Amino acid sequence: MTATTTAPLATTPVRTTRQPSARLRAWATRAPLLPALIFMIAVTQLPFVATLVISFFDWNALYPKARHFTGVDNYREVLTDADLRHSVWTTVLLTVAVVLASLVLGLVLALLLDRRFRGRGVVRTLLIAPFLVVPVAAALLWKHVLYNPEYGLLNGLLHYVGGPQPDWISNTPLLAVEASLVWQWTPFMMLILLAGLQSRDPQQLEAARVDGASDWQIFRHLTLPHLRRYLELGALLGSIYIVQNFDAVFTITSGGLGTANLPYTVYQSFYQAHENGLASAAGVLVVIGSIIIATFALRVVSSLFREEVGRA
Amino acid sequence: MSATIVKRKGLGLGVTAWLLGILFFLPIAWMALTSFHSESDAATNPPSFGAALTLDGYREFFGTGGGASPWPALVNSTVASVSSTLLVLLLALPAAYALSINRVRKWTDVLFFFLSTKMLPVVAGLLPIYLFAKNTDMLDNIWLLVILYTSMNLPIAVWMMQSFLAEVPVAIIEAARVDGARLPTILARVVAPIALPGIAATSLICFIFSWNELLFARVLTGVVAETAPVFLTGFITSQGLFLAKVCAASLVISLPVLAAGFAAQDKLVQGLSLGAVK
Repeated sequence: MTATTTAPLATTPVRTTRQPSARLRAWATRAPLLPALIFMIAVTQLPFVATLVISFFDWNALYPKARHFTGVDNYREVLTDADLRHSVWTTVLLTVAVVLASLVLGLVLALLLDRRFRGRGVVRTLLIAPFLVVPVAAALLWKHVLYNPEYGLLNGLLHYVGGPQPDWISNTPLLAVEASLVWQWTPFMMLILLAGLQSRDPQQLEAARVDGASDWQIFRHLTLPHLRRYLELGALLGSIYIVQNFDAVFTITSGGLGTANLPYTVYQSFYQAHENGLASAAGVLVVIGSIIIATFALRVVSSLFREEVGRA
Repeated sequence: MSATIVKRKGLGLGVTAWLLGILFFLPIAWMALTSFHSESDAATNPPSFGAALTLDGYREFFGTGGGASPWPALVNSTVASVSSTLLVLLLALPAAYALSINRVRKWTDVLFFFLSTKMLPVVAGLLPIYLFAKNTDMLDNIWLLVILYTSMNLPIAVWMMQSFLAEVPVAIIEAARVDGARLPTILARVVAPIALPGIAATSLICFIFSWNELLFARVLTGVVAETAPVFLTGFITSQGLFLAKVCAASLVISLPVLAAGFAAQDKLVQGLSLGAVK
């Protein structure tokens, strides 16, 4: 974070140095910022501090009198309890699979859409649509309209080719959740990568072509290095959103069949099991995971951002 | 763009793009078609493409067929999304002004603080917020959601608006100042016209995120303040399921988001990537 302070302040307004009003001016500059800052600290940071405190207590909401300090016991339990540990693993699996698959698909689609062809705008709009369906609605669509073993579209289409009629959600529950999320998130990746592709230097591409570089060589040596940070950005932002996914897990499997991820587990352990301490410890673990991803994300965003500021 | 090279394989790539586009859109198209089928035509294998069209699914959804009316949930979602978007604008505009036009010192640090709050998962504060709401009788209160949705969207809005306001050339502002224009005039005549499209896009994105939100709404609302996504969760169980009704419900509830999203297409990516990508 300290690196960002050294970013060139290209457009800093000239400060006048009339002494008595200098302090007043500084506050006048700062004042518009304060409501937003104070609001964010109150609504996001304070509750997290409370979660952190609760995570060190043995506290079941049904037996509030038995509440007592237990140190790191909750964390030990989260990490040793088979179900909870499984949900940590599920979270990792779900996030990695969805991010990678949607990133690769998004890259293919972005490369295709970067070309000029008839109806490009229409195709772009068709592709964005999955991202714009309300997440619960999208999950319902996959659960009932596509996956249903008796009248779902997937088995309906398989019927025409005489294929098997599997019960998708029961047979491959995690994959079923992942497929629906890949469908929703591929457009997001495509949009970011398309923005990256269109920020390439056209003269450089032209020069490479004049020099006789093949499409593959251009992709390998020009496009891919240029896209690297956009790929990173997509992966990291995607991870941050998907690590937190609740809607798809809740809707498609209700956390059953080994698909409960950490957010769902946190929800369940305090909303249904009333285990406040355990839920908080699991919540803190989600935060730690997010911080690890976020550290990288912030670095990528700040390098892109510094470039932007430098250009201005 | 590579308009200069025209290759024959361009046609093949175009066709591939079309096929993939249609493939991605197919589930939505199928959902739309199913919503206009009768329940018995909707639940068939193989699927019935040419079945008679009917508005029964929509009638069922809007409760005229006897089920629970979705109107309170739709109204709640509208109130929560619109109010929180307005509150976000109220807080984010001055902040963005201080971060882009009349810059505070260490403005990048402040920007990154906002971004870092966005990376704090919702579950990190859910329990204390629930306990707080329970002890202050704020459970099942739509205004609690408004506050939470505002905190969810404020970082995005600050980032986006900062980048939109930064596009206003300082020279023009200086010139207006030299000409004796005061701050309100400068804001109204110079800043607003340039930043307005960006502000509109930011509002749409905040609206979309609030409209879509499930976890807070599910935990903190009940009968009175139920939102549209919570209403949709009523369809999760497959017992006695009505497919046409589910499709109609999903489409109607997604409609505002689809409209807002298509309207803000170009700015969507900038908002989602928190202004890092233009």
